[in-house]
Amino acid sequence: MTCCAPTDLTHGHDPRQRSPGIDEVMLGSRDLGNGLRQVALSVPDMRCGACMIQLETTLGRLPDVRSVRANLTTKRVTINWQADNGNPPDFAASIGAIGYTAVLPTDAVDQPGEEMSGLLRALAVAGFCSMNIMILSVSVWSGADPSTRQALHMMSAALALPAVIYSGATFYRSAWRALAHGRVNMDVPISIGVLLSFGLSLYDTFIEGRQAYFEASTSLLFVLLVGRTLDEMMRKRARSAAASLADMMPKGANIVREDGRIDYVPLNEIRPGTRTLIAAGDRVPADGTILSGISELDRSMLTGESRWERVAPGAQVRAGDLNIGRPLMVEATVAPEDSTLAELHRMLEAVEDGRSEYRMLIDRAARLYAPVVHGLSVLAFLAWFAFTRDVHLSLTIAISVLIIACPCALGLAVPMVQVVAARRLFRHGVVARDGSALERLAEIDTVVFDKTGTLTQYDPVLATVTSKGPLELSLAVSLARFSNHPMSKAIVDNASRGNGEILSLEDIREVPGHGLEASFRGERYLLGRAAWATGGDTPAPTAPSTVVLTKGGEVLASFLFGERVRAGSAKAVRFLKDRGVAVQMLTGDVPEAANAVARELGIDDVKATALPKDKAGIIEALRDRGRKVMMIGDGINDAVALKTAHVSMAPASGSDIGCSAADFILLNSDMDGIRIALTTAGRAAALIRQNVALAIVYNVVSIPLALSGYASPLIAAVAMSTSSVLVVANAVRLDMDADVLSWRRRPTASLAGAAQ
Amino acid sequence: MSTLSFLIPIAVLMGMAGLGAFLWSLRNGQYEDMDGAAERILYEHDDKPLGGDPH
Repeated sequence: MTCCAPTDLTHGHDPRQRSPGIDEVMLGSRDLGNGLRQVALSVPDMRCGACMIQLETTLGRLPDVRSVRANLTTKRVTINWQADNGNPPDFAASIGAIGYTAVLPTDAVDQPGEEMSGLLRALAVAGFCSMNIMILSVSVWSGADPSTRQALHMMSAALALPAVIYSGATFYRSAWRALAHGRVNMDVPISIGVLLSFGLSLYDTFIEGRQAYFEASTSLLFVLLVGRTLDEMMRKRARSAAASLADMMPKGANIVREDGRIDYVPLNEIRPGTRTLIAAGDRVPADGTILSGISELDRSMLTGESRWERVAPGAQVRAGDLNIGRPLMVEATVAPEDSTLAELHRMLEAVEDGRSEYRMLIDRAARLYAPVVHGLSVLAFLAWFAFTRDVHLSLTIAISVLIIACPCALGLAVPMVQVVAARRLFRHGVVARDGSALERLAEIDTVVFDKTGTLTQYDPVLATVTSKGPLELSLAVSLARFSNHPMSKAIVDNASRGNGEILSLEDIREVPGHGLEASFRGERYLLGRAAWATGGDTPAPTAPSTVVLTKGGEVLASFLFGERVRAGSAKAVRFLKDRGVAVQMLTGDVPEAANAVARELGIDDVKATALPKDKAGIIEALRDRGRKVMMIGDGINDAVALKTAHVSMAPASGSDIGCSAADFILLNSDMDGIRIALTTAGRAAALIRQNVALAIVYNVVSIPLALSGYASPLIAAVAMSTSSVLVVANAVRLDMDADVLSWRRRPTASLAGAAQ
Repeated sequence: MSTLSFLIPIAVLMGMAGLGAFLWSLRNGQYEDMDGAAERILYEHDDKPLGGDPH
């Protein structure tokens, strides 16, 4: 990978990710006709223009490929290829060869902006209509003679029609849905106001009246649609964690038939008792027992444990475990839909459904607003009719009340503040995925950190090296060069800083899960796990983090590994404590490791050896005690906890699922984003409160005016627009505040600099 | 009035042309990858959208 080093994902191709095979691509593609097929591959590492062009040119050069288009926004590559020549080229391998990882998305056809483009179309139509009607209205106001006025009114009516029918449909549909369920939402007064004022204006046009209020209904639609579109822009970022989890699951598996034939079949054909062949780099499709093969498994998906685990025949495997070493034959004990992973998937879905019950401020306000607005408007009509016996006048006033009182300043203000805040956060390396998350973030009083991958980084760091002499050290380094294991790499990295002499070794062998062995000057040397290399079987709790070099059972050198604490973690913890926020650590790791990190960072409250379910349970318990918890974690094992918490954050280096489950993603590898997000959220919450107050003040002033008949629908529309503009201007203030700014330069600048 | 009678249709037609252009570009997928579009300008490359309706 040539670019994009703002996060610590510089190692490029991540061995923990699996890439889809040719068969899977075939299953995940769709027919375009004429033998052309299309597949969309998700490439999460695609971060800049260079990545995009590199992917397109590399894939475009493959045989049979007709067209390739990389989408940087959705991080997907869409490939059209000619399929009548048999199987597609191995796209995933080609992408892997240039250092990226391709995943097959669950929704094979990506439909990112369905809703969004509908809103944009409606907005464009409403904008066009209201602007032109405004031009015509200005002519009317500047004193057109009756015949000209009549002609202009007719044109306005014709222009208003598409806006009222097409753009207004968004609101009518939502209003109708609410009414059909016996509820009232903000769209009901909007719909009634727009339709009534349009109807009355149409009537006035036909009786050749002096005034028509087409601009009122269309500009109302326009302003409201701007609010809706901004709101949708925020919502679009949120992607279901459950869907991302499904993305990572294999779409099928190689099964071994009775007669020894190996077939690739879709996942739903796997039953208990099916024998599957798991190649290196594949994920286990269903829980089962190993029949043959010795290998290493990466089980971080379920356990969060970043160390690889050695497995042998008889061992239990779970769906989602990634095979790192050699091929395994596994007999499934349950069907994939009953596996542990599927259960996690269902849990996530359940929590996600529950979470959507959190109502945004605006919805809560609207529920109060709608009955008041309707009541006032009906009252106005009845009162004016009782006094004047003039249906037309009474209706005009009722419509004015309906339009003037509709909380569109609110509808605009809240998403506006959120979009401005999100943009600002993004500039500082924090992605906000949900608008309401900012509201929730401002409320928190407790922060729960995960350890591995969040407070600490995955790659082990060499803590202490002891060796008998320089020769032994050189031997260990030379041996370590032959392995890609993170610990071997750490040993080599450590040595390359000193004067590591490279010795020529013979007969080098890697024993998966244990270590390496080689001959040097006729002697056999072993480098690996202490228990294996010394020939003994003393399992010590610290054993996995110690690597030793031995000759005939005698230890010549030993390497002790520690965890690297993420930059800025201590500062982030201090910042939180200063704000009076309680800080906790919750980890699946052993207490020794957890306490060491907690001491370093100054966290007093530590809970170790927590399983994914425990994590969610602890957060739930905190929530029940009335605490507003922010969970910061990265792993798939944290996903449920992330979703259970009031608000959540994940570092971008974490798993895809972790990122999808979290409300905020920290793009930078340090933890300064926590401070920036919290201060911005506090500021945004203050601005939202100001805007709500502004809207209320505006209504308190304007509604009596409308009730007393001083506001025509036109004035109502103008007043409403003014309040909207005011509220937008207030939101933009967030961008001008200096106090949220950090000392750091804009991360986008470093992104652009690293692009080449 | 006589001036208005052709100025207004011209204004409306021009507005409609703009609206049409916007709707066309929207349907053509030109807003699907705003980040990518901003980057693509920096690379010398035969650039054209995937074409057709991808949905």
